[in-house]
Amino acid sequence: MDNITSLLGGFSDVLSPINLLIALLGVTVGTAVGVLPGIGPAMTVALLLPITYGLEPIQGLILFAGILYGGMYGGSTTSILLNTPGESSSVVTAIEGNKMAKSGRAAQALATSAIGSFVAGTLGTLGIVFLMPPVVKFAVSLGAPEYLAIILLTFTGVTAVLGASRIRGLTALLLGLTIGVVGIDFVTGQQRLTGGVPQLADGIDIVVVAVGIFAVGEALWVAAHLRRKAGEVIPVGRPWMGRSDWARSWKPWLRGAALGFPFGALPAGGAEIPTLLSYTAEKKLSKHPEEFGHGAIEGVAGPEAANNASAAGTLVPMLALGLPTNATAAIMLAALQGWGIEPGPLLLNKEPELVWALIASLFIGNTMLLLLNLPLAPAWAKLLQIPRPYLYAGILFFASMGAYAVNSQPFDLWLLLVLGLLGFAMRRFGLPVLPLIVGVILGPLVERQGRRSLQLTGGDLNGLIGGPVAWVCYFLIVLALVWPLISLVRRRRGGSDKGGRGPDGGRGPDDLANVKAGTSINSSEA
Amino acid sequence: MSEQHPEIRVGDGAVAPAAAPAGGGRQVKDRAQYGLCAALALLGAYVLFDAIGIADVATSNDPLGPKPMPILLGVLLIIVSAFYAVDVSKGGTGDAEEGEDIDLSTPVDWRTIGLLIAAFAVNALLIEPLGWVISGALLFAGCAFALGNRHHIRGLAIGAVLSLVTFYAFAIGLGVNLPAGILQGIL
Repeated sequence: MDNITSLLGGFSDVLSPINLLIALLGVTVGTAVGVLPGIGPAMTVALLLPITYGLEPIQGLILFAGILYGGMYGGSTTSILLNTPGESSSVVTAIEGNKMAKSGRAAQALATSAIGSFVAGTLGTLGIVFLMPPVVKFAVSLGAPEYLAIILLTFTGVTAVLGASRIRGLTALLLGLTIGVVGIDFVTGQQRLTGGVPQLADGIDIVVVAVGIFAVGEALWVAAHLRRKAGEVIPVGRPWMGRSDWARSWKPWLRGAALGFPFGALPAGGAEIPTLLSYTAEKKLSKHPEEFGHGAIEGVAGPEAANNASAAGTLVPMLALGLPTNATAAIMLAALQGWGIEPGPLLLNKEPELVWALIASLFIGNTMLLLLNLPLAPAWAKLLQIPRPYLYAGILFFASMGAYAVNSQPFDLWLLLVLGLLGFAMRRFGLPVLPLIVGVILGPLVERQGRRSLQLTGGDLNGLIGGPVAWVCYFLIVLALVWPLISLVRRRRGGSDKGGRGPDGGRGPDDLANVKAGTSINSSEA
Repeated sequence: MSEQHPEIRVGDGAVAPAAAPAGGGRQVKDRAQYGLCAALALLGAYVLFDAIGIADVATSNDPLGPKPMPILLGVLLIIVSAFYAVDVSKGGTGDAEEGEDIDLSTPVDWRTIGLLIAAFAVNALLIEPLGWVISGALLFAGCAFALGNRHHIRGLAIGAVLSLVTFYAFAIGLGVNLPAGILQGIL
């Protein structure tokens, strides 16, 4: 098997004392920052991005892999002990996890989440090993029109399928695309949207955008509504599980991983849907359905595994196609670009050592996390009590440092502030953040592919219509756009309105909406 | 930067009076959203205006040229702002983001935001003349103060330690660019 040989090569690149030390540093810092309340995996990665600048790409990637899984693990600790998930993907974990913690089973909740993350992360990473090379093989055969269609499908996915409101998703996407246009045109060298400001000629660095929207925007938003009384942290000892916990956990782990990975690997999957699906599946299959809503261990094990497997799955489109489908992957792509590596279908052929080293370090980081987090959980839990003024001042401090370090110009700090205010406004108005980041990253790419397509036909618009792959993508896009209309008509006929948020509140399949309603009722009857 | 100004400004100005759509009180229409729509339309107009000003240099190599993308975006922004306004008029609202330290039952605390912006500006102005160690310490202490910290000395001390540690770890250890400023030669 080719993949296995390459993977072993990746391991041999990574397994040196200094690299292992870097991996250890990555998982430790990633967990520590991820545990901090208010900081989800995406913000963890954005804030720690500048650390990787001084490193060689391969060591930077090792650090990154550790930060990625560490941040995810830290996030689930917060949601279990505080009942306040940092990201939508750990909302479901918090439902049962916090109930378990409240009834004195925090140690078991943390243990099933840590071991489940390890199992699902390992399976998911194995999934990358086998799925990525064929996807790359398929992707390199695609021409510009097909690639364009796939990017447009991703846009549709992040704006119309994920998130509650299409018009708000589309607004965020357009804002991102507009930010992506700023700077010198890559063919003709003309300035666009720079307003004559010389520092904008090189465009707005994606790192500044990510840090501004995620870190500064979030900190400002929290500052505006700071809860004067900190939430209650549930004390916890060393995580452990009894025999019955193991017996009840291992099947949900595997089912969660099986649900999460494919959704993550789709251009519009995300972790929200598979974690919800896993929750409902476990509720149906459980021998103790009466425990759901009062702290059922299956309800932690399954969704947490689904969440991690989905995160691993998102690395497939990221590495094979250069397409980010969640915020964390978007920032990792930004990091690759920061090292001067161009993501896309050619990445695996051009930089095979890097890609396989990244995958190998995912395995290593994942294992280290398990060894590190079971004994260290009580220490992590202490981090939750950090005084809020210092916490958010620290976020703004590191955000400023990272933004300045990109280009060493104070101008970027002003830009960071403006983007932070934009992030604040987006949170105020309920605009989703992911479409904006995806728009900034893929905007220039979509324009390039569009212009390249038309170049082949000398400007004839037929050049935009490609082969069967493009047709399938356009069909899926139309389906995703028309679906709410169909379900609206069906709902009108059925006469039962489920009380959407507004005229455009049409979200996904009906049963999903039911699950959402059900879970939110569960979680509010504390 | 200029293209982001409009919606920020409108956001700032228009949120204040109507910034209490928290908790159950969803019946009241969130009118500040119209401000956002107007800002989007303005942004669209600016993008269009800027695009029209670009000289047309389409070649056989690049038949499309640099203009269509911003023109498309400008038009889409204006269209979306109209649909957004229709959505708002029908009672559509976006859910303000929730989180562990967020209490949406309180109105937006503009004093804190203003102080944070001030701390940010001080850092941006002082980072090159005074260096990261000093400006970073002030940034941390200023932000902590804005967020309600009243132990001024402790805030400054933590800020100084953080900026010293980051300076040595990143600027000297990892080669990340952070200015030494007036402390050049001392650090």
